[in-house]
Amino acid sequence: MRIGVTVFPGSNCDRDALYGVERMGAEAAELWHADADLKGVDAVIVPGGFSYGDYLRPGAIARFAKVMGPLEEFAKDGGPILGVCNGFQVLTEAHLLPGALLRNTHMRFVCDRVRVRVETTNTPWTAGCDAGEELTLPVAHNEGNYFADPETLARLEEDERVVLRYLENPNGSANDIAGVCNEGRNVVGLMPHPERVSDPTLGSDEGLRILSSVLVRAGV
Amino acid sequence: MADHLMAEGLKIRVLVRPKAGILDPQGEAVRSALPALGFEGVRTVHVGRLIEMEVESADEVDAMCRRLLSNPSIEEYEWEVVS
Repeated sequence: MRIGVTVFPGSNCDRDALYGVERMGAEAAELWHADADLKGVDAVIVPGGFSYGDYLRPGAIARFAKVMGPLEEFAKDGGPILGVCNGFQVLTEAHLLPGALLRNTHMRFVCDRVRVRVETTNTPWTAGCDAGEELTLPVAHNEGNYFADPETLARLEEDERVVLRYLENPNGSANDIAGVCNEGRNVVGLMPHPERVSDPTLGSDEGLRILSSVLVRAGV
Repeated sequence: MADHLMAEGLKIRVLVRPKAGILDPQGEAVRSALPALGFEGVRTVHVGRLIEMEVESADEVDAMCRRLLSNPSIEEYEWEVVS
């Protein structure tokens, strides 16, 4: 399987994501923001960082980068997409995921490891996890406070589209939401960073539970 | 002629603010800082964003506000032609 990682000006977790992809035994490909080309990959990770300096709103400018055209088509065709942190923000700005990520309620940047629970295994990025499995994953963000209007929140819960939930809420996020998926369940956004724990040298490789799920789902 | 038209561009002022009812931690931080400086009686503070542009035509300003300058799921906007 070949997995693409988008690279915007200001992405800073792209190398980690590429490394994580290699660690899980897949082939990694960089997808440059200015190229409207997904290079025929089977899945895409939109990594964390501060694309375009977070100017205007996090993800607001990246959303119009050339690579986003084919990415939106890929999403419509059911292609697996994982947005991590700034990648999650980009996907909400692009309307590929519902809601938005607001400033943390306590107004501080949060850099920590948090415990999360896998709320659904019915996505390509959690298919290899156990239902209810608890993971410890790093978070590092200023705007991770998930917001959606009450109707959208109710629908997300009803359709079991909350993918990860914090056991201790680090940012004020609605319903302790750490990650959600789209209606088609192929697009997932997470605030925690699975790619930052993809090697025991980094203290843990629990993030591979998320990343390598896409292989499990594909039956590779 | 073209130079003259450019010089006559419209000045637009766009105001983007958090939607009513949406938690505004930035405004709240400012509100709680004011009494620390001795300013009493401030009940609410909301922090928004002011965007000034010079455009050749105002026809598409509303679309700009909806598609890029604001995020309609969390923010509201208003705009005016300043001159």
